[in-house]
Amino acid sequence: MHVEQISIFIENKFGRLAEVTRILGDAGVNIRTLSLADTSDFGILRLIVNDTEKARTVLKERGFTVSKTEVVAVEIPDRPGGLADILQVLDADGINVEYMYAFVERCGENAVMIFRFDETDKAIATLTGKSFNVLPGERLYSM
Amino acid sequence: MFFNEEFETLPREALQALQLKRLKAMVARVEKSVPFYKEALAKAGVTSDSIKTLADLQRLPFTYKQDMRDSYPYNLFAVPMEDIVRIHASSGTTGKPTVVGYTRKDIDTWSELMARSFVAAGVHKGDIIHNSYGYGLFTGGLGAHYGAERLGASVIPMSGGNTKKQIMIMQDFGSTVLTCTPSYSLFMAEAAKEEGIDFRDLKLRVGIFGAEPWSEEMRRDIETKLNLSAVDIYGLSEIMGPGVAIECCEAKKGLHVWEDHFIPEIINPETCEVLPEGQMGELVITTITKEGIPLIRYRTRDITSITYEPCACGRTHARIARMSGRSDDMLIIRGVNVFPSQIEAILMGVEGVEPHYVLIVERKDNLDTLEVQVEVGENIFSDEIKHLQALSAKIEKQIKEMLGVTCRVRLVEPKSITRSEGKAKRVIDNRNKA
Repeated sequence: MHVEQISIFIENKFGRLAEVTRILGDAGVNIRTLSLADTSDFGILRLIVNDTEKARTVLKERGFTVSKTEVVAVEIPDRPGGLADILQVLDADGINVEYMYAFVERCGENAVMIFRFDETDKAIATLTGKSFNVLPGERLYSM
Repeated sequence: MFFNEEFETLPREALQALQLKRLKAMVARVEKSVPFYKEALAKAGVTSDSIKTLADLQRLPFTYKQDMRDSYPYNLFAVPMEDIVRIHASSGTTGKPTVVGYTRKDIDTWSELMARSFVAAGVHKGDIIHNSYGYGLFTGGLGAHYGAERLGASVIPMSGGNTKKQIMIMQDFGSTVLTCTPSYSLFMAEAAKEEGIDFRDLKLRVGIFGAEPWSEEMRRDIETKLNLSAVDIYGLSEIMGPGVAIECCEAKKGLHVWEDHFIPEIINPETCEVLPEGQMGELVITTITKEGIPLIRYRTRDITSITYEPCACGRTHARIARMSGRSDDMLIIRGVNVFPSQIEAILMGVEGVEPHYVLIVERKDNLDTLEVQVEVGENIFSDEIKHLQALSAKIEKQIKEMLGVTCRVRLVEPKSITRSEGKAKRVIDNRNKA
C-alpha cells in the first residue's frame, strides 16, 4: 500500500528546478505530482513519477543527491470537512503527519492526498480500519 | 626500517655537535658569498667565529619570504651559476615566484632525504610509486621522483591532472604507493567510484600526502576510502622541497625533521621569541648543508609545535606536529584566530559529512561573517527539512563551542564546491575586495 516518492536536494539557485525537470523529461520520466519544501538556502523537491528507479538513476548520474521515501496516498471525499475527518482519525491514534500535499488528478469523485507519516504502517492500519481508501503505488504511477 | 641508519639514529649529543659544526660552516660561507647575509649578519653583530653553541642561533637574523622576492631571481644564491644544476620556483600566487637553485650536492642531499622519508613511511625497494605530485617548477614531482629512484623503487612519473588516466594506470600498473596532495587522493577515489572502481581493491599500500594542511580526521577518511596507510610529509621549496620532515609509519605521531640538515625552531610570530617544546608557533628553519641557496632562520609561516621526545621508531630527530595551517592562511574573524584545518576537523567529526567544504568570509557593516558551505551527500540527506536544519545547527554549535566563532552553515549540492587537482582552495575571503 506504500507509494514510492523520490526526494531531491536542490540549492536555492537560479535554474535548478528547471534543470531537474529537464533531465527527467529527456529521460522520458513523467511527473505525476510534486511538492517543493523550501528554506532560504535550499529546497527539497518531492516527486511521484511513473518510473521511480529511472528517475533516481538519471538524477544521480547528473550529480544530484536523491533519496527514496515511502508515502501513503489516500482518497478523500471532495467536500467541506473531508480532510478534517481524516486528520481527526489520525490524531486520535497519535499518528504524526510529517508533511502532506495533494495529488494532481482526481480519483473518480474523490481528491487524493499524499501523506508522509512518522509511522507509516500504523497509519495505513488506522486508515483502512476506518474504511478510508488507501491507494496502491501502481494506481498513482499510471493515473 | 631506515635508509641511513647511522644518521637517522644519531644520539642527540652527536647530532647537536654535527649541527653546530655545520651551522658555523654555513654562516662562514654566506657571510662571504651572499651580500644580503653579509649585511644582515653585520647588522646583527654576528660572525661565524662568534657562534659557539647552538643557542647562538637565536642571535642570527631572520630571513623572510619577502627577502627572497626582493632577491629575485638569483641574488640569494651562494655559488656561481655554473655550480647550479637545477632551478625550481614556488607557485607564487601573487606577484613574482621565489626562485631556488640546487648544486649537484644539494640534489644529492634532497634525494637522500626523500629516500629516507619513503622508508620512514613504510616504502621499500620493489614498491611501485605512483607519483601524482606536479612535475615542473613546483618541487613536489621531481623531489619525490629522485627520492624514489635513490631508494631503488619503481617510480611512475604521473604528475597531476587527467584523473581518469591516473586511475587506469594505478589499476593496470599495480601501483603500491601513492604520492599526492590529500585532497587529490580523495578526489581520485571519488572519481574512481563513479567509474565503478573501488580504490580499496587496488594494490595501494602506502599514501604519502602533503603540500597542504590536513587533519587527523581526514587521515581516517582517506585510510578507509583508499585502504592504505596514510602518512604526512612536509616540505617547502625555499628550504628544499618535499622531504624536510616525514611521519614514520611506526608512530604516525608528528613528523621527523631531518635535523642533520635542518635546524628547526618554533617562535611566537608576533614577538619573535623562541618558544619551548610543545608550544604552538611559527616554524623557523635554518638549512645547514645547502650550497645553492642556504637560508638562515627562514620564516616558513607554518604553524606547528615541536617535541624532542624519543620516538617508537628509533629515530632521534625531533618531531613537529601536523601543520595547523599557514600563519597567512589563518583567518582572523572578529578577532578570533581560525585555521581552516580546525573547521575541517569539526566537520569530519560529524557523521556522514564529506571533507568537501569552503569557507566564505565577508564583511558586512564592519562585522566579519563566516559562512561554511557543506555538501549534502546521500549520507546526510534527509527528505525532511527539519533534519537538515538540525544538521546545520549542530555544526554551527560545534564550531561556536570549539573555536569561539559564530558562523552560518550553508548546505550545498554535491560537487558545487570546486574540486581541486592540486591544492584545495578552502577559503574565499571577500573582505579586502569591497
